[in-house]
Amino acid sequence: MLSDFRTWALDDNANSRRQAAWGRRYRVWLALKGNPLAMIGLVIIVACVALAVLAPVLAPYDPAMQELGNRLAKPSVAHPLGTDELGRDILSRLLYGGRVTLGMVIAVVVLVAPLGLAVGAVAGYFGGWVDTCLMRVTDVFLAFPRLILALAFVAALSPGVQSAILAIALTAWPPYARIARAETLTIRGTDFIEAVHMTGASSWRIVARHVAPLCVPSLIVRVTLDMSSIIITAASLGFLGMGAQPPSPEWGAMIATAKRFILDQYWVALSPCIAILMISLAFNFLGDGLRDVLDPKQS
Amino acid sequence: MNTMIDVAGLRIAFGASEVVKGVDFNVARGACFGIVGESGSGKSTVLRALAGLNRDWSGRIAFEGTPVGLKRSGAFYTKVQMVFQDPFGSLHPAQTIDRILSEFLLVNRTGDIDGRVNRALAEVALPPSVRFRFPHQLSGGQRQRVAIARALIAEPEVLLLDEPTSALDVSVQAEVLNLLADLRRRLGLTYVMVSHNLAVIAHLCEHMGVMQHGEMVEQLSTRTLREGGATHPHTRDLAALSLSLETVDAPAV
Amino acid sequence: MLVDIQDLRIAFEGNGKRFEAVRGVNLSLAPREKLGIVGESGSGKSLTARAMMKLLPPQAIISATRMQFDGVDLLTRSERQMRRIRGGRMGFVLQDPKYSLNPVKTIGTQIAESWRAHNTGSRKMAREAALDLLEQVMIRNPAKVLDAYPHEVSGGMGQRAMIAMMLAPDPDLLIADEPTSALDASVQAEILRLIDALVERRNMGLILISHDLPLVSHFCDRVSVMYMGRQMEEIAAADLAQARHPYTRGLLNCMPALNQPRETLPVLARDAAWLEETPL
Repeated sequence: MLSDFRTWALDDNANSRRQAAWGRRYRVWLALKGNPLAMIGLVIIVACVALAVLAPVLAPYDPAMQELGNRLAKPSVAHPLGTDELGRDILSRLLYGGRVTLGMVIAVVVLVAPLGLAVGAVAGYFGGWVDTCLMRVTDVFLAFPRLILALAFVAALSPGVQSAILAIALTAWPPYARIARAETLTIRGTDFIEAVHMTGASSWRIVARHVAPLCVPSLIVRVTLDMSSIIITAASLGFLGMGAQPPSPEWGAMIATAKRFILDQYWVALSPCIAILMISLAFNFLGDGLRDVLDPKQS
Repeated sequence: MNTMIDVAGLRIAFGASEVVKGVDFNVARGACFGIVGESGSGKSTVLRALAGLNRDWSGRIAFEGTPVGLKRSGAFYTKVQMVFQDPFGSLHPAQTIDRILSEFLLVNRTGDIDGRVNRALAEVALPPSVRFRFPHQLSGGQRQRVAIARALIAEPEVLLLDEPTSALDVSVQAEVLNLLADLRRRLGLTYVMVSHNLAVIAHLCEHMGVMQHGEMVEQLSTRTLREGGATHPHTRDLAALSLSLETVDAPAV
Repeated sequence: MLVDIQDLRIAFEGNGKRFEAVRGVNLSLAPREKLGIVGESGSGKSLTARAMMKLLPPQAIISATRMQFDGVDLLTRSERQMRRIRGGRMGFVLQDPKYSLNPVKTIGTQIAESWRAHNTGSRKMAREAALDLLEQVMIRNPAKVLDAYPHEVSGGMGQRAMIAMMLAPDPDLLIADEPTSALDASVQAEILRLIDALVERRNMGLILISHDLPLVSHFCDRVSVMYMGRQMEEIAAADLAQARHPYTRGLLNCMPALNQPRETLPVLARDAAWLEETPL
């Protein structure tokens, strides 16, 4: 079955659009599989997402259940990662916290990547005053330090996950627009785009169907490399009390509350720290691997 | 004479520098007009202005007696198509041949995409098996055939050829030149071909214009050229150079 | 013999597959001799030239029964020793001067650097040597070009500067890989004539690599024709019109010619038998 798919996908004489598309995807996958670091990253990410999704099944306790008699307990059989200052099980909170943290990251990416791509590709393709306007707006957002702007936004709205997502998204899109614009500028003048122009296609069609898809690989790479910094911004907002609100478990917020007893009960802060470190590292590994596979300029 | 293309007083400037300084020529229906010149002579710029890919021109360009403006309509491109120089750069790297060929049909909402794509491939003597391949899986000659097929799928009357064979090996060049000659005969196409290679122009075209420093310094028929009737020194230079390099036993230039 | 190569093979390995890009090439070049290597893309002509200088990517596997340059066995030379031969005793002119000259240094600096790498002398001497070299490559205003950056000169001028740079160490062999294919036909002839004259005057050997068979035949004593990694034939340039091999004949025939109009061009019919490994 799998070997059938393999021969079908790798067939140089593809017989249908579907076969050609799968052949292309399969080759990318094969190239990615040959990169051990990228595979490690991918495995960690898939595992983390799976753990977060399955949190209700896997978590031994309710993440909000307090057991005040058993505060700040050391790791034990009953609580493998110990308990926090309200006697809540850290493992359960970590698993549920993954849902919040990873959910925030994914929401940010879903908002940011298409926005950046659209702004960048349109600015780059149309040029002139469209470009000037869009890029000046981008510059304004780019000029603010990400965390400060996010803080201001959250403060203006109300602290919470949604505002944190919105705040991070608003500060994260400018680099994507810049990348997409730079890519578009190199693609815009090529003969293959001129050839599409000669089919009578409208500029919007050219941007959406021919230019933008070519910007996607470098954006994907940038997204994966950016993931870790988005996680850290999300965690920082949580740490500063501007992100997810207690008692909702969020990795950054968990570290924030644990900071008071970080010297005596280090394990309370340690596990969310390790979780953030691992997932950031995993996204970086995957991003590096994807850059090698997807970026046409590398080959 | 049934004039297909009429160009008069064509001037093209990039910023302050004028690269085409008043070019006039006309091409009869079904004829092949060659523009020959060295790099920087402005020959490709003229062709791109004809194709509507350059918006910085002034003067008159008319197809079938109707002057065209700076911006071309979709209908214009059902009549005029272009084949680019570099077959590696003129095909979208992330699209299959099928996608590249069907774009015109999708944009213009014509039916029977399958049939027309297959017919276009057959027209340029490519096997149907290349249809779902990506450009990087094809050889240079095959890619240039795909580029020609893409132009033909619009069923145009005029084909603008920008150095269509200069990026190809000589043996492949012969195949592509034969294909172009054959297509013109069968489909009654009008060609305007730009090349730095006088022999290639002379092979395909009956008339040619010689460009130098943005001006068309001479227009003559291929027969006149062969009979040594060129009057402008630059044309004579190009012809002498071409002759000296195409014979293997001639003394060194 | 300046160059003596027997049964040169260049292979690439990847994904468990082995691909021989050059199979059994024999070349020899006497001092002051000019050899042309002609072939279409994928013929292995550039790989052959680069193998001579050991300038191939690390995954390339070179083997030969003999590969000597002026009696020195190139196969056993270390990278360090090769560096002295390359650019010292062998000069290499590449296709496009735009990519082979350093864009942020003046042409004079680059030639002077090349001179100082293989000669001892002061900065001033190197500059004078550079000026002299630019004069030798027939640049009309050498003092001006000396202080120009590569992007400020035309393609033909850049290629002349490149040649001047290669001449600085006074090499015994000049290898030119498509030195003129990025240039206009008129400039092309000028550059080749210049190379021709320099080779003559300095008693160098010349290996000229090109896809243009008639062009090469004007400037070389012998021509070696390659196809898909195999050598089809080696023939004196003067006898090219009487070439026997169908590939050589096909190449000469399929070019459109100004002086003999033809309705259709003969198409080269490739024969799988050409690629079989039988001794030439």
